Amino acid sequence: MAIEDDVLVVGGGVAGMTAALAAAEAGASVRLVTKSQSTLRHASGLVDVLGYADGDLLADPFAALDDLPADHPYAKVGVEAVRDGLARFDAVTGERYRGGHTDRNALLPTHGGAVKPTARYPASAAAGLASDERDALLVGFETLSDFDAPLAADHLRAADVPFDVRGATVSFPGTPRADAKVTRYAHALDGNDDEERERLAARVARVHDGEPRVGFPAVLGEAHPGDVRATLADALDADVFEVPMGPPSLPGIRLEADYERALREAGVNVVRRPVVDYEADGEHLTAAVVERNGQHVPHHAESFVLATGGLVGEGIDSDRGGVREPVFDCHVPHPADRYDWFVDERFGEQPYPRFGVVVDDDLRPRDAEGRIEFENLRAAGSVVGGADFAAECSGMGVSLATGDAAGSAAGADTQ
Amino acid sequence: MGTRTEVLVIGGGSTGCGVVRDLARRGVDVTLVEKGNLTNGTTGRMHGLLHSGGRYAVSDQASARECIEENRVLRDIAGHCVEETGGLFVKRPEDDEAYFQEKLQGCRDCDIPAEVLTGAEAREREPYLAHDVEKAIAVPDAAIDPFRLCVANAVDAEDHGARIETHAEVTDLIVEAGEIVGATVRHESGKGPREHGIPGETEDIYADHVVNAAGAWAGRIGDFADLDVAVRPSKGVMTVMNTRQVDTVVNRCRPKGDADIVVPHETACILGTTDEEVGDPEDYPEEEWEVDLVIDTLSELVPILQEARTIRSFWGVRPLYEPPGTGTQDPTDITRDYFTLDHAERDGVPGMTSIVGGKLTTYRMMAESITDHVCEKLGVEAACDTADVPLPGSERPGDIEAAMERFGLRSPVARRSAQRLGSRTEDVLASCDPNPVVCSCEGVTRAEVQDAIDQAGTDLNAVRLRTRASMGNCQGGRCAHRMAAELHPEHDEASARAALDELRAERWKGQRHALWGEQLSQAMLNHALHGATLNEDGDPARTNTTVAWDAFDDGAGAEDENATEATDASDTEGAHGD
Repeated sequence: MAIEDDVLVVGGGVAGMTAALAAAEAGASVRLVTKSQSTLRHASGLVDVLGYADGDLLADPFAALDDLPADHPYAKVGVEAVRDGLARFDAVTGERYRGGHTDRNALLPTHGGAVKPTARYPASAAAGLASDERDALLVGFETLSDFDAPLAADHLRAADVPFDVRGATVSFPGTPRADAKVTRYAHALDGNDDEERERLAARVARVHDGEPRVGFPAVLGEAHPGDVRATLADALDADVFEVPMGPPSLPGIRLEADYERALREAGVNVVRRPVVDYEADGEHLTAAVVERNGQHVPHHAESFVLATGGLVGEGIDSDRGGVREPVFDCHVPHPADRYDWFVDERFGEQPYPRFGVVVDDDLRPRDAEGRIEFENLRAAGSVVGGADFAAECSGMGVSLATGDAAGSAAGADTQ
Repeated sequence: MGTRTEVLVIGGGSTGCGVVRDLARRGVDVTLVEKGNLTNGTTGRMHGLLHSGGRYAVSDQASARECIEENRVLRDIAGHCVEETGGLFVKRPEDDEAYFQEKLQGCRDCDIPAEVLTGAEAREREPYLAHDVEKAIAVPDAAIDPFRLCVANAVDAEDHGARIETHAEVTDLIVEAGEIVGATVRHESGKGPREHGIPGETEDIYADHVVNAAGAWAGRIGDFADLDVAVRPSKGVMTVMNTRQVDTVVNRCRPKGDADIVVPHETACILGTTDEEVGDPEDYPEEEWEVDLVIDTLSELVPILQEARTIRSFWGVRPLYEPPGTGTQDPTDITRDYFTLDHAERDGVPGMTSIVGGKLTTYRMMAESITDHVCEKLGVEAACDTADVPLPGSERPGDIEAAMERFGLRSPVARRSAQRLGSRTEDVLASCDPNPVVCSCEGVTRAEVQDAIDQAGTDLNAVRLRTRASMGNCQGGRCAHRMAAELHPEHDEASARAALDELRAERWKGQRHALWGEQLSQAMLNHALHGATLNEDGDPARTNTTVAWDAFDDGAGAEDENATEATDASDTEGAHGD
């Protein structure tokens, strides 16, 4: 039986899921094909819109969007698409995310002790805002080497945060194996089989000196983070917050669960298999070919969204000879000599983070001569070139804006 | 005011470390100064081959005999630094049959055990060898960790009263009445292990005799006293693969040429190399063609290398030397032998001896020879025992299994620790409880990192070399900040941060030569972790910027968190008000 939908989205990250939701809202039947887990668990779970322009820290990202260069993805879709993308994110996450009450960026402590600008943050991190002047205690676990609370506290003081902050290290109840994954801590607190929450609170109480807020590494539960925080907060009589961490990231994993639920509710059909080829009639894509148990199965649609991610998500691939987009073979501009893909200074103006397909204002990829690659293909998220999301702190924001725009347009085309 | 020592050794490579151990064990008061970390120059920048001698069995049989002799010695005294991989000299159809026979005969002439394998037998041993490999000669090549070896020598020297100063650069030789009587040394951060944030200082060290073991830098030391030590530095690239495509050292069986060896090393394979004379041992081009050449050429022996992931490349300079007037044009033809230059005899300037040329495999023999020379000058009669006494870490091989039993680490981690620590395993691992893994790519635990910090101060590159932490696939992307955290609170936050940034810069430097395919993806992930999740590039503490904190969201105006706190992701339908 032929597989046929209005919209086919390739890629299961935030951009792809956002595009699928937007297309479904427009009334389209939508299928999303993704070959692997999304890279959300690699990300901190924060939603950055724009933290820096020309190296300057921005308090209001929206004021700076109009000044971005013409090849920046935000410049392609415009500021309203950014707001639409955020609105869709807010709808998916509801009360579990904060920041929507203001256009201003928030500054959150990082697990290394720096601060970073972001537009939306998990409710679990809300009490940790660096512009909040209440004193804070940071608590780390002896066996969790990714977050050294006394060091992070000293670092925050070196950054001259407007509050006093102190760090302490405690042993986690039950002494996890020395090389336990961070999810072990979360699951122990979720299950609370041996009263891990209460025992942890008791250990923290011994080092807590009345600070009105207490921060922990972001491992406070996967399924029941609110309950975990509430227990700790009650016992300590303080607000409790999480400090976002690197992979695997519990806030990222929780966010993934939120999106999966939203996709289910929107009736999006999710297929977890790789796309290995495509079928086209001239400049009109007719199918993405999916590998299923060794068989090549065409998935037909009227409109397609490419949201396979950037270099991390393998939406952009490279070898010594060049850089390419492997699914639809869209043009990816890059210097011929691979020694021009980078600059020597690590945080200099790096070319490689900006690698990606070139799109027009309707997010349709263009070939080397500027012609549309396929009339019914749009691109969204990190597969679109032109932005260094890490340097400018625009990660997730670009995916939300372009995902929303591409999905809405794809959905509208089919209705 | 200066300090006094009987012998001052300049250079903390394998030769200098070997000399300082030998002198200290013979009861001589000795000080070693090294401008960087131990192995900073050539020793730490080679492929880690412990020669069987097979490589020199045709061209230089004297060197070949020395190699096999010292190969056997090092297996005995430095077992924890050596992995007995064995080696193959592999012949492809286009390689000369007559040379293959010469190689085999040469090995036999030099008492190097050599066994001829058919192509099928060679592929049985190394399945990724090319299908058209005709045959091979199996020899007892091995892999050696040069850093572990040098540290063990230095530790033994210290145990016998020597003083070892790293990050201590010689800025001048002290010459009095035509005689070299010592050196002026610039300590980067005070005496003892390096500490970030501690100001540098200068020290005059007077010695009865100076040993110039500065390798490719020996000429510069000579210049301080107008002595001509004509070292000819020659660069070569080493490209590090992310996994072990081979478990045996694989050499190409042909007379000479670039890109003819693959050495398995810990979790990686190292491809080498090129050979180009350079003017300055510290400032020479690291070139793209060299990386391409080793990958493309060695793929003829091991085809999967063509598409495999490389994680970085690094370059080293060979300290080649030939006596004045030899006039060899091609650096590949310059002898790999070593030379002792007694400047009293050669130049009429007493007080210093230079040792130049040579190779890691014979470092101990070189050290013995120059130590004999120095002892004769000093009238010391004690005999050399360095060929018989095991190095620290290699004394009690049986202890390793027992230590692994005792420490409930997941066994692959324990095995890795034990390989690195040898008979020190139990002492080191017992020092830390609990003992979480800091670097998961290489299985390095907190105890090992702390042990290395005890030796190396705040220098995380020295910790890396001692432990291998940050040397795996992610190149420190996920663990460098954890290593830095181990410095705190013994060292303050500013020192930990400076040490982290220095390690990150060093890791980035080598990765630049591997930025395609999976390693470019890894670099992007690291860029995202460091630039976005950790925001190290925008960190106010690093950029020294003042933040207008009250211009940012302080939470005021958001819903009261506690009022809505009872809702969990899993227990609520959420608010989907599209």
